[in-house]
Amino acid sequence: MLTPEREKKIDELLTRYPVRQSALLPVLWLVQEQHGWIDQDSMRYVAIRLGITAEQVREVVTFYSMYNEKPVGRFHLQVCCTTPCMLVGSDDIVSHLEKRLGVERGHTTDDGLFTVSVVECLGSCGTAPMLQVNREKYRENLTNDKVDALLDELRAKGASGGNGNG
Amino acid sequence: MAEPVRVISRRFDVPNCTSIDVYLKHDGYVALEKALKQMQPDEVTTEVKKSALRGRGGAGFPTGMKWSFVPKDSPKPKYVVCNADESEPGTFKDRAVMELDPHSLIEGCLIAAYALGAHTAYIYIRGEYGWIQDLMDVAIAEAYAKGFCGKNIMGTDFACDVYTHPGGGAYICGEETALLNSLEGKRGHPRIKPPFPAIEGLYKCPTVVNNVETLATVPWIIQFGGDTFRELGTEKSGGTRLVSVCGHVNKPGVYEIPLGYPMKDLLEIECGGIRNGNKLKAVIPGGSSVPIITAEEAYGVMLDFESITEVGSMLGSGGVIVMDETADIFESTFRLVHFYKHESCGWCTPCRDGGDWMEQIFDRISIGGGRQEDLDLITLLGRNIEGKSHCALGDALVWPITSAMKKFPEDFQRALDRGKKLLREPVGA
Ligand SMILES: Cc1cc2nc3c(=O)[nH]c(=O)nc-3n(C[C@H](O)[C@H](O)[C@H](O)COP(=O)(O)O)c2cc1C
Ligand code: SF4
Ligand code: FES
Repeated sequence: MLTPEREKKIDELLTRYPVRQSALLPVLWLVQEQHGWIDQDSMRYVAIRLGITAEQVREVVTFYSMYNEKPVGRFHLQVCCTTPCMLVGSDDIVSHLEKRLGVERGHTTDDGLFTVSVVECLGSCGTAPMLQVNREKYRENLTNDKVDALLDELRAKGASGGNGNG
Repeated sequence: MAEPVRVISRRFDVPNCTSIDVYLKHDGYVALEKALKQMQPDEVTTEVKKSALRGRGGAGFPTGMKWSFVPKDSPKPKYVVCNADESEPGTFKDRAVMELDPHSLIEGCLIAAYALGAHTAYIYIRGEYGWIQDLMDVAIAEAYAKGFCGKNIMGTDFACDVYTHPGGGAYICGEETALLNSLEGKRGHPRIKPPFPAIEGLYKCPTVVNNVETLATVPWIIQFGGDTFRELGTEKSGGTRLVSVCGHVNKPGVYEIPLGYPMKDLLEIECGGIRNGNKLKAVIPGGSSVPIITAEEAYGVMLDFESITEVGSMLGSGGVIVMDETADIFESTFRLVHFYKHESCGWCTPCRDGGDWMEQIFDRISIGGGRQEDLDLITLLGRNIEGKSHCALGDALVWPITSAMKKFPEDFQRALDRGKKLLREPVGA
């Protein structure tokens, strides 16, 4: 189901808590890192691994916004548009991305490379506008030019088969 | 003015301070050693009480008092939980602590654990801060390797494990009891209080939940004394704190200020004034959940818990959101309504359905379907959410709205009128 390294990581995580269920959020991150999203089979697997019910896993997956319940693009571009970011032009960054990629927010490009999402405050309000690719270090102080350069960088990474799941 | 004392940010300019060797060269872990070898656990709590340190997560609760609520005679294990969920719009200071001086947080967790008799500390980090969690994990591994974590810390019989734990993306998990549920692998619904976490927290055991900055301040207090810290601030609001400033200033960023520092100086000196030479219009002084204040109020207010209450707002999380004359307070508030609606955990009706309804009203005003009575409806709806919902998120939804309507009524009227005009005019005209 998961790579041996990730299985080992789960074993290590289980030593940290007196209750196995506590490892649920970090284990779901391991699943998402590997598959890009969390499907029903993975939920059942995690449930067995932690000794809880699949329903307990599902209700957590659906509660937290970062767990993907369906596949997303290789590079998930998440632009913060909460008030502080809005004040300095985050909405223009989203429009620019939509135009450049030919998809609307919430959608994935046909080549499966990019998904554009609008998200809430990421704790980067002083270096806005900003976005996060998957779960990587933020891209801050954005301009349209920087966004274009970022898209080129990611396309190159995509072509070379680099791993997009952070 | 004298050179400002730097407490929490004292190592922010030290290159590579994420490395334990560098940290050790800059007074690293000397406070832990002092606590473990020269002080009784109770004396540590007393020192923190003396410092008048108040929680930096939002509620401003006195830290030493919170620690003293933990029962000493309980046979159950005790826990220290660090709240690194940092999701309050406008707030980005905890991130600075973890990215620039991660060991100060680890040291703070260990000192708190010693004071409380806890042997495990969890640092709950918001899911989006993935690389920051990695960085904290490296720092923790270094601390284990040098004998600052684990068993027999610094040759004493004190033992404490420190772990990071990722969130999954949910603002409500910053609320301490929701955070504890989340740490137990459940949905992030807040719990009913009492019992408070100090009595029944993680796994129903006595637990202290403290913000990153709160804990990172503790080593300095132990090293230099509670009184020394308190004297840096005001009588009731001890010491210094971090503020994160964003929006329409020339130099947004994280700054350390003594409590009682004038907001005007913060905006004009530290932040280099309002961008483009524009006029200031409004400030949200403590993260998006606190009431908005006008330019005039902002220029007259001091940054301490008491002074800011006089203009009807709060210091909250230290997130200062600055808006110049180009800002439309209806639009900036609308965006916050959307935020709170999106982040409501859905557990209680006033917040869940009220937030939904509130957003619908704002939405129709903005697209031209608004009615004059809608402004009264917003107030009435707000009254039925505020104080009637289960946790403070309900209040946080209402305060920005009611304060904005009271202080900037013209922006709301303009939105109504503009919306109507929008409907009458053909597209493209
Ligand atoms: C909706 C909501 C969100 C909160 N978010 C945070 C947060 O992101 N970080 C934080 O430290 N405290 C947050 N708090 C405050 C915590 O509940 C709690 O008071 C705090 O972590 C206690 O630590 P302190 O005393 O050191 O401030 C939030 C509270 C509420 C009601
Ligand atoms: S007030 Fe809102 S966030 Fe708080 S418990 Fe109720 S529904 Fe959840
Ligand atoms: S509002 Fe966008 S990062 Fe905070």
